[in-house]
Amino acid sequence: MSRVRVLAGTRKGAFIMEADGTRKKWKVSGPHFAGWEIYHVKGSPADPNRLYASQTSGWFGQVIQRSSDGGKTWEAPGGGVTVVPGEMPKGESNKFVYDISPETGKPLTTHQWYDGTQHSWEFKRVWHLEPSLADPDTVYAGVEDAAIFRTTDGAKTWHELAGLRGHGTGPQWQPGAGGMCLHTIMLDPSDSKRIAVAISAAGAFRTDDGGSTWKPINRGLRSQYIPDPAAETGHCVHHIARHPSRPSTFFMQKHWDVMRSDDAGDNWAEVSGDLPTDFGFAIDVHAHEPETVYVVPIKSDSEHYPLEGKLRVYRSRSGGNEWEPLTKGLPQRNCYVNVLRDAMAVDSLDSCGVYFGTTGGQVYVSPDAGDSWTAIVRNLPPVLSVEVQTLQ
Amino acid sequence: MIRVTLPQHLRTLAHVEGEVGLDVDGPVTQRSILDALEARYPTLRGTIREHVTMKRRPFIRFFACEEDLTHEAPDSPLPAAVAEGREPFLIIGAIAGG
Repeated sequence: MSRVRVLAGTRKGAFIMEADGTRKKWKVSGPHFAGWEIYHVKGSPADPNRLYASQTSGWFGQVIQRSSDGGKTWEAPGGGVTVVPGEMPKGESNKFVYDISPETGKPLTTHQWYDGTQHSWEFKRVWHLEPSLADPDTVYAGVEDAAIFRTTDGAKTWHELAGLRGHGTGPQWQPGAGGMCLHTIMLDPSDSKRIAVAISAAGAFRTDDGGSTWKPINRGLRSQYIPDPAAETGHCVHHIARHPSRPSTFFMQKHWDVMRSDDAGDNWAEVSGDLPTDFGFAIDVHAHEPETVYVVPIKSDSEHYPLEGKLRVYRSRSGGNEWEPLTKGLPQRNCYVNVLRDAMAVDSLDSCGVYFGTTGGQVYVSPDAGDSWTAIVRNLPPVLSVEVQTLQ
Repeated sequence: MIRVTLPQHLRTLAHVEGEVGLDVDGPVTQRSILDALEARYPTLRGTIREHVTMKRRPFIRFFACEEDLTHEAPDSPLPAAVAEGREPFLIIGAIAGG
């Protein structure tokens, strides 16, 4: 019988929740990496027992953790000592260094700072880890300050795909309230050289050649909070999702506006439709219905909680524009949590499960595609990310 | 043998309990201790000093012999009591964050 494994990153550690296909009884383990911020945990599609976690701290910086047994045990790759006779022992763990080599990289460019001056790129943390669809040892990392890195040796060493940071619009990028982070990475299941990413507050970008060259893909986005609302870059994209069977159809939750593209981001159209508010962070697509989309509307950019204290997921079965509230099992009074950008996921069981975590420490599951919800856990630290694996 | 005390999170990360004992070649300084520590435990690279710049991370402090040595030059000799192993070199996660 199929099982599911939910991977939750929180402000104070990672938690792993497992259940059988009924998704009723849950076994919870954690906190893993207790006391550290875990921005993201994700499993390899090529080897479900291979997990990667981004462990970070304002005191001690960035650590990448790897598990080869589904999260029972963990190691920091590269943490072992390499000894070369006559030389100091060395290791490469945790090292994210922007590529400024003349051969493969770009000069360490600058970006806009809060005061309008130019500011050098400084590595702060890994927001998102996206394992390769085919190779358990290959993983992409989205980092702050915004850049994309790749490992091909199971996270021992990381190398920047510097063409993104250096493609030309970088000096116009500026940090959002959460920092200038690359938080979304989408690998195309039909074209291994095509990758789309999103950056706050710069916008969406795509490579069609495996990461050497990149271009902005923001045509059709309109953001009233930037001088030119239709600018090529500067949009605060919160998250993008898509269905694997339609790799060129993207659904975006922007700062304000829910957007749709049917040409891999080359052109966007708004599909907010009848949502009560189109501000939000999380967005995802049903595992079996490419036109069924989920969002969690949040009141506004200055009030990061649900409208009227009612936690409602909205579902569109028409690819946007027409939305229905899903409330069964969710608190409908006095609820003032937020649902962050990477904190929603779907499983691929026959009856698609939908999951999301809140800043109040709840992780909710709907085993019936959103019709009804229950809390797997209620009192975790604020949830930063939720991923789910469907296991055989 | 130089004695080094790590903050709890770094002890967990390096899989050590209690103090760490290190052999340090040459003058005993912040730099030589941290070089030896990171050579023994590469997982700690980047957690005390930034990669590349090797600057101390902002919320890390170095204490020994009831003195704050944080702002001493990295190559300044540490007190004899540390060099002789009578007192530990304390690596501290600063009290910050509320």
